[in-house]
Amino acid sequence: MTVPAVLGHLFPLTGAVLVGLGLCGFITLRHPLRQLLAVNVIGAGIFLILGGLGRGEGVTDPYPQALVITGIVVSVALTALGTAMIARLSEDRRAAGSGPDQPKDQDP
Amino acid sequence: MTWTDLAVTLLLSAGLFFYAAGTVGLLRFPDAASRLHALTKADNVGLGFVALAAALQWGSLVVAAKIAAVWLFAILAAGTSAQLMARVARQDDGDGP
Amino acid sequence: MTATFELILCVMILGTACVALFVRDFLTAIAFFVVFGNLLGLAWLAMGAVNVALAEIAIGAGVTGVLLVLTRSRLLALGEEIACGPARPWLRLGAAAACSAFTTLLAAAVLSIAPGDDLAPVVDGLMPRIGLDNPVTGVLMAFRAYDTLLESFVLLGALVAVWSLAPPAAWPQPPVALRMADPAALNVAGSFGRLLLPVALVMAAYLVWVGSDRPGGAFQGGTVLAGGFLLAAMGGAIGLPRSDDPRLRWALVAGPLVFLAIGLAGAATGRFLAYPDGTAKALIVTIEYVLAFSIGVTLALLVAGPPARAGTGP
Repeated sequence: MTVPAVLGHLFPLTGAVLVGLGLCGFITLRHPLRQLLAVNVIGAGIFLILGGLGRGEGVTDPYPQALVITGIVVSVALTALGTAMIARLSEDRRAAGSGPDQPKDQDP
Repeated sequence: MTWTDLAVTLLLSAGLFFYAAGTVGLLRFPDAASRLHALTKADNVGLGFVALAAALQWGSLVVAAKIAAVWLFAILAAGTSAQLMARVARQDDGDGP
Repeated sequence: MTATFELILCVMILGTACVALFVRDFLTAIAFFVVFGNLLGLAWLAMGAVNVALAEIAIGAGVTGVLLVLTRSRLLALGEEIACGPARPWLRLGAAAACSAFTTLLAAAVLSIAPGDDLAPVVDGLMPRIGLDNPVTGVLMAFRAYDTLLESFVLLGALVAVWSLAPPAAWPQPPVALRMADPAALNVAGSFGRLLLPVALVMAAYLVWVGSDRPGGAFQGGTVLAGGFLLAAMGGAIGLPRSDDPRLRWALVAGPLVFLAIGLAGAATGRFLAYPDGTAKALIVTIEYVLAFSIGVTLALLVAGPPARAGTGP
């Protein structure tokens, strides 16, 4: 009877690894748009932890399900605001005349 | 194993075969147009077989009608996106070296 | 059998996430992100959480994917390079070490919690009182209506914030048009959009209606509606509205306002956001329909972006 226990933790554990991967991406990726994608991966991992831990015999707890749906909608609102800010920053950089050639980070 | 089970298994296998063929085509064909051709044509037939299997397994006309609608819209979306992608691919080829 | 399927699914989820994060080309990354979202939807289906699966595939994979693709093409049009050089090795090593440690801690925390649906019987016991059969809709619209009300205002607030990023002199022009530039492509996308917009309307109405008893609901329906709007806009079948159009303003605030009004009416008769006995289902369905419409319009405009100066097409 250990299989159901493992199954119960399978998706939450996947979520934990996703959070780690996303965090790693967020730190190492240098472009804000890619960091935004990493934030979305972290969010997906958190949702998997939250919802997956509500998994019971046959059904998943409706309570975390509702919270995850709320979370998904809020995260798309965040992504929309993020992309709009990134696009505006890019426009401003271009308008300021520094041009897109200017490196954003001080990497050699 | 009933006759329905047998038919569902056969239909699923046929669907899987077409999906596999489409994927091989996507990976092995040389240019964008033929890859799109493999994806849209073979995969839509594969989806059709899987949809038939699902409808048969469910055994209800209402569900079968819903599944048929899903298949229809999938074909429509695949056809439209293939057209658009093929156009972009051709433009890229024209601009490129 | 189920265990094998779920194990393969999890490996594929992690694999697509890795590619989406670390592949060099950003368009490939977005494609893998969309695949990642769809696989997550399958994971939710495997858990029996169909409501979440619908939301994840429609919003998490669909709308977010469109947002990323559109932003990428806008940045490319501005001449910005999205491919970024590899981070310094010590940073990568440090990040990998720190994140592995964090993941281990998180996994230990996860393993210390026994999964269970402790609240499901509680919710099931309360469901007959509101006359719905879908417990997730019950939680969203009745037991945690407060959250959902605030969430609808968060969406509205996000749109206001996006609009506030309009460049000077652009207010209150429509956003950058989504219609395709190539006339032949516009023709193809146009007929698709014209066909799909009415279908999306029907589908959205169906999802909201069926959401009372089976998987579906206002957010899923609203997203389908937003998809229909966006496709029609890409095909040039509909134009994007000016930001100061009063009809648009009403469409945006109708959902949250109706929700708030019904909540306040509940406060007058008893408690805030409490539905009087016997009217719960009618009130919830009313809120959901208006809310789904507002969510559809809001999401479509969130994707379209802030107002832009006239003549700054893609």
